[in-house]
Amino acid sequence: MDFGLTEEQEMLQETVCGFVNNECPPTRLREIFDSGTGYDAALWGGMAEMGLAGLVVPGAYGGAGMEVLDLALVAEVLGGAALPGPFIGHSLASLAIALGGDEAQKQQWLPGLAEGSTVGTVAFCEQGSAWEPEAWRATRRDDRVSGRKLYVPHADVADLLVVGVEGGELLLVERNGDGVELLGMDGIDRTRPVFQVDLVDSPCQVLCDGAGIAGRVRDAGLVLLAADSFGAASKLIDLSVEYAGTREQFGFKIGQFQAVKHQLARLGTDIEPTRALFWHAAYAADHLPQEAAHSAALAKSHITDRAMSTARMAVELYGGLGFTWECDVQMWFKRAMFNRAFLGTPEAHRERCAALAGW
Amino acid sequence: MDLQYSEAYQEFRREVQVFLAGWPLQAEEAKLSAEEQEALFRARAIEAGFVYRDIPKQYGGAGCEPDGLKDAIVREEFYRAGAPGNLPTQGAGMLAPTLLEFGSEAQKKRFIPPALTGEEAWCQGYSEPGSGSDLASLQCSARLDGDHWVVNGQKIWTSNAHEADFMFGLFRTEPDASKHAGISYLLVDMKSPGIDVRPLREMTGSSEFTEVFFDDVRVPAENLVGKRGEGWAVSRATLVHERNLIGNPNMMRETFDDLVELARNTIRNGRPAIEDAHVRQRLVEVEGYVRTAETSNMRQFSASVRGEPLKAMRPMMMAKLYGTDTVQMLQAVAYDLLGSEGMLAPTEEDIRGWSRSNTPTGWVEAYIFSLGPAIAGGASNIQLNIIGERGYGLPRDLRPPAK
Ligand SMILES: Cc1cc2nc3c(=O)[nH]c(=O)nc-3n(C[C@H](O)[C@H](O)[C@H](O)COP(=O)(O)OP(=O)(O)OC[C@H]3O[C@@H](n4cnc5c(N)ncnc54)[C@H](O)[C@@H]3O)c2cc1C
Repeated sequence: MDFGLTEEQEMLQETVCGFVNNECPPTRLREIFDSGTGYDAALWGGMAEMGLAGLVVPGAYGGAGMEVLDLALVAEVLGGAALPGPFIGHSLASLAIALGGDEAQKQQWLPGLAEGSTVGTVAFCEQGSAWEPEAWRATRRDDRVSGRKLYVPHADVADLLVVGVEGGELLLVERNGDGVELLGMDGIDRTRPVFQVDLVDSPCQVLCDGAGIAGRVRDAGLVLLAADSFGAASKLIDLSVEYAGTREQFGFKIGQFQAVKHQLARLGTDIEPTRALFWHAAYAADHLPQEAAHSAALAKSHITDRAMSTARMAVELYGGLGFTWECDVQMWFKRAMFNRAFLGTPEAHRERCAALAGW
Repeated sequence: MDLQYSEAYQEFRREVQVFLAGWPLQAEEAKLSAEEQEALFRARAIEAGFVYRDIPKQYGGAGCEPDGLKDAIVREEFYRAGAPGNLPTQGAGMLAPTLLEFGSEAQKKRFIPPALTGEEAWCQGYSEPGSGSDLASLQCSARLDGDHWVVNGQKIWTSNAHEADFMFGLFRTEPDASKHAGISYLLVDMKSPGIDVRPLREMTGSSEFTEVFFDDVRVPAENLVGKRGEGWAVSRATLVHERNLIGNPNMMRETFDDLVELARNTIRNGRPAIEDAHVRQRLVEVEGYVRTAETSNMRQFSASVRGEPLKAMRPMMMAKLYGTDTVQMLQAVAYDLLGSEGMLAPTEEDIRGWSRSNTPTGWVEAYIFSLGPAIAGGASNIQLNIIGERGYGLPRDLRPPAK
């Protein structure tokens, strides 16, 4: 009985932290953010070199064979750095194949994904915020798929799309295949651009156990969003604390005004304890099958909601500066917006929690 | 991370369960009064090494090696069985650990055992009319006169003083020293001549706290805990134990389960309220906080079992505020579910004990009561100061220059 990280896990976080501090400090982040591409080949290459592209790919296929918790710990650090790149979609695509692919599919795709030379992403959402497997309406006929998928992150740099279709089935579609068309959606979070993907009779492979594992992939996604939001919110608190300790008004550091101090302490109290909430949900994803879905939905709804209100308060604490494009706060603010909406809103997942609890 | 218990601990859990088959008591023993039954069973549980596990035998404990996991298993199993375990009183929960840390040998021998059994009840004499959050400004004085302290002044908000045999309290013994350095921690016999306890009535209708007046009350000199003028440090240790008593997430989960039951049993627009989309949202929103409190508590617990408490320093500082905020949020949802029954006053039964009652008026009482813990043991604003200053290194409040 131990609810804490292993030394290896703490080291993993430290290593990734060191990497992002070196390779993507706020100045570099700002460049990528303003470029609008949300991608930097060198950055992704560096992550892949560290093994971050293949964390949950089994060792036999060139990955690290780790668990959702390890993935979440990395997501926390990436959220803290608002790191641009296809980590989340790629990780979920890899997980889908690792969990639901047949031997041939695994051999075909996992080594490239683990190496990062093949980039994956997930195409789940359809018109009307239809994120859940039961709501998917794209259709497959034999080995062809048709339909419109929305908010597909980093579809432009992805080689492989894991596409959800009617019946909760998951398909593998090559982005360069026939009848695959992308349209940029001008997303708010410039660290993770999103695309509309139109599929017209596009060739596909069926993940043999796709319908069985779509829920697990979704749950892992919810956990990663919660972890990313935790990291982003913690970063915003650190930034705000730092600003409150330097900005002066009325002859005092603003952090000396109790109203400001209490606002910051409230933000901290709202966020810091939730670290345990996403840890638990991540652990449940691999070890507590009965609780996994509920735990993930609760963590996602609670943390992405709290992170959003933290981001709003952080802007306020920065005053007029906070309201500018120039201020770094907006990059994490928009990260929080993505995390809150992607894979379904807090409201949608609270309703799922209620239903899962049998209410 | 591994939420499974190892084989050795599973074995320990089985031992506890076997022991708990002895509760409730049977046959002749079942005819004893409720208090006698509890006392008898608790004594057996100490003997068996399950209750007051790490308090040394000579002070009335079980004298086992400290083991946080075993403590947790005992808590869970005793709770499930509804069996009497560690007393959640000020005597057992606050005074005993404080004496273990700071008391003289004679004080430990004399005071800890009856505090553990509940034979002697204790109250906490800290707050005064002019000194609440700014506790260190307290004025109630104790002057050394031969081999006795002579106490004069007043305490207020003293919970259960009317039923207490003793008070542990803070008194100004060094009037010329600076604020914090002039305070001592004394143990006062509540039967001493010159003590006048007057009940106060709380807004729930209950009378749990009191005012205590001291008029030349003589306290033996050896009832000083720690050194003269070092009472502040001693009391800080007690405070940690008090906040641990207040911020207990097990109770929160129980209350949340009750809230879900309330939502099932409440009819709204002809249907159970729990089927109402808005109610469902609010319930899960509260559950997010409850679950966070539970898991964060697990994190703090594991960090301390590992001997790395510093790794969970911030969540530890936040636990009291987080808990009292969460319970108030939970009670607000319950209060809305009550509808017009929220206009009813708590009954005698509702306000008497600490036990939960799921009647409408029981919920009314709980709704009002949930404010108490947010004020006692360091009000929420004070918690926010601590979190801001010690947790995040923000500057201290603007204060008037020292007089
Ligand atoms: C149910 C209950 C049981 C209690 N039991 C006991 C007991 O057994 N023994 C005992 O000694 N005491 C007990 N108390 C008293 C309790 O410890 C005090 O009420 C508490 O410390 C607050 O002090 P106060 O009432 O004087 O309020 P004050 O200190 O006057 O505070 C009033 C308000 O001002 C705010 N405030 C004060 N200082 C600051 C500051 N620096 N910055 C911002 N805001 C500030 C507070 O947050 C509060 O909202 C109990 C209280 C309650 C409610």
